[in-house]
Amino acid sequence: MKKKLWIWLSLLLVIPGLMIVTSCAKKTVKVDLAQTQEDEAAKLAAEKAKLATEKAKQEEIARQRALDEKRRQEEAARRKIITARNLFMNENIYFDFDRSDLKPETQEILKGKAEWLRKNPGESVIIEGHCDERGTNEYNLALGDRRAQSAKNFLKDLGIAKSSLTTISYGEERPADPRRNEKAWSKNRRAHFVLE
Amino acid sequence: MLKKKYTKIIFICLIATVFFLTESAHCRTEYDYIDINNPFIRKIPIAVPVFKSISGSGGEKFLSQEASNLLSKSLEFTGYFKIIDRDAYLIDPEKSDIIVSNINFKNWTGIGAELLITGSLFLKDNIIEMELRLYDTFKGLLIVGKRYKGVVNNQRKMIHRFCGEVIYKLTGSKGIFGSKIAFVSKNSGNKNIYLCEFDGHNPEQLTYNKSIALSPAWSSDAKWIAYTSYSKGKPDLYIKHLKDKHGAIVAKKGINITPAWMPGKFSLAATLSFSGNSEIYLLTGTGKIIKKLTNNWGIDVSPTFSPDGDKMAFVSNRSGSPQIYIMDLDSGQVKRLTFQGRYNTCPNWSPGGNKIAYAGMGNGQINIYSIDVDGESPALQLTHDSGNNESPTWSPDGSLIAFSSTREGPCRIYVMTAYGTDQRCLLALPGEQTDPEWSPRVIDN
Repeated sequence: MKKKLWIWLSLLLVIPGLMIVTSCAKKTVKVDLAQTQEDEAAKLAAEKAKLATEKAKQEEIARQRALDEKRRQEEAARRKIITARNLFMNENIYFDFDRSDLKPETQEILKGKAEWLRKNPGESVIIEGHCDERGTNEYNLALGDRRAQSAKNFLKDLGIAKSSLTTISYGEERPADPRRNEKAWSKNRRAHFVLE
Repeated sequence: MLKKKYTKIIFICLIATVFFLTESAHCRTEYDYIDINNPFIRKIPIAVPVFKSISGSGGEKFLSQEASNLLSKSLEFTGYFKIIDRDAYLIDPEKSDIIVSNINFKNWTGIGAELLITGSLFLKDNIIEMELRLYDTFKGLLIVGKRYKGVVNNQRKMIHRFCGEVIYKLTGSKGIFGSKIAFVSKNSGNKNIYLCEFDGHNPEQLTYNKSIALSPAWSSDAKWIAYTSYSKGKPDLYIKHLKDKHGAIVAKKGINITPAWMPGKFSLAATLSFSGNSEIYLLTGTGKIIKKLTNNWGIDVSPTFSPDGDKMAFVSNRSGSPQIYIMDLDSGQVKRLTFQGRYNTCPNWSPGGNKIAYAGMGNGQINIYSIDVDGESPALQLTHDSGNNESPTWSPDGSLIAFSSTREGPCRIYVMTAYGTDQRCLLALPGEQTDPEWSPRVIDN
């Protein structure tokens, strides 16, 4: 019921409105030439102004775009730096059981790390030596130390300042994978790199 | 506070008043009951009836029961005895007498008991008086008799004192009673040092760090403990006085691990790697370097001294795999001891001086072995097919070995005789327990 009332009310307002609009249209017929010229000029000016704002808008968009692009590039560069930094920290080197010598593929990884350190001379690294749970605790503490030392010595030989390299052995205390199988053990016999 | 101190003083006075009973005069000191060269082949049957309650009061009866049970259990722990079931007794010990002239030894020899311990207990005002006697049932002789008096709370101490007397009379050695075991317990990711009595009783936490503590080592006067801790982020060596808690820290670059005290001296050996390679150094008790003991490109770790302090055994991988070596400290000469297997670590020199216990790896399993120091006979394997077994440590009398084992899943501390018999769990705390280290004989505090 209420809805219908509203519709009637709105029609009452809209119909007289339309009548006013049609009556105005009739008046334009009487407009003289001078008036028309004036109108033309105003129209042109308006158009010109419109174009100018349009152009400014375009320029602004372009500027924004350039800025965005720059930001994107900066972001990408930053991400690249972070990725390189994360790779440095996340890429472990692995050892054979009861060994602390560096395998050829391990040496390649360390060369990459040395390159990164050369590009980032302010960084200091903590090299953590870890062992798998097999073998005894005490001996593994010494073995973990030796693994970290091998990595440190290799980096030192590649020209990295000794003062930026610290070692710490965790023996078998901090396994990366706590399970008891060869797959887990091979992941645990590692040197891990932490940037201070 | 004052009252507590006062009772303590009284107690000390009382327990010090240990009388030799009149009959001791008949005792012979030399007995050939336990062949210490191979004592666990045949266990000696012993009867330990419930002690006689003098007044017959309920409290006294309860304490008698408790004390005699503790005595049985403590003697059984040594591995020398077979405790005869009380149900097999031919007589009611309550009705029989406890002194030699009135004991009918046939009642005991009849059930196979070769030894008999009788006791009486009198309780008054929280003070107990006990008379304990050990008899040879076949000879009908008193071997040892003692009287103890002290507050109820110290009953355990009194019983262990008597056990010490019994073992001394039977083996000529002071035994394990009164000794402690230090160990590492891992709980909620942290490892801390704990102490417990020789039989696993009364574990108490010594360090409270949110990090890793490892390898406790007792000084030979049992007043100091050295251990490794990561509480400052890396493995440093802590030397701590047990009572006063003061001490020193050795925190050189690299690892500062595996301490071992020199017998009778305030100095210890430990592995340090500040030079870039792990070597064993001799340090003062205050942590100053006296001298470098090893000098080798390989890993050198886990020192243990001969009881006379003349020699040191240690682990080195100088031959390509970890093996046990013995160094003569005077000449610096080094001799390889182990040749069986490719992985032999954790040496621990026996208090008798003639054996070294160690952990050896074979077929992917780690087991405890014992080897003669002269290296002339093959090592004796003491644990078999029971998980990984590590960190052997001799009891102060050399009769038992404590070690850690994963035989039941989590790593726990176990005890066995020096010949590998009677293997049992010493204690089970939440988490995992490792690195047992048996103290020297008596800790009196």
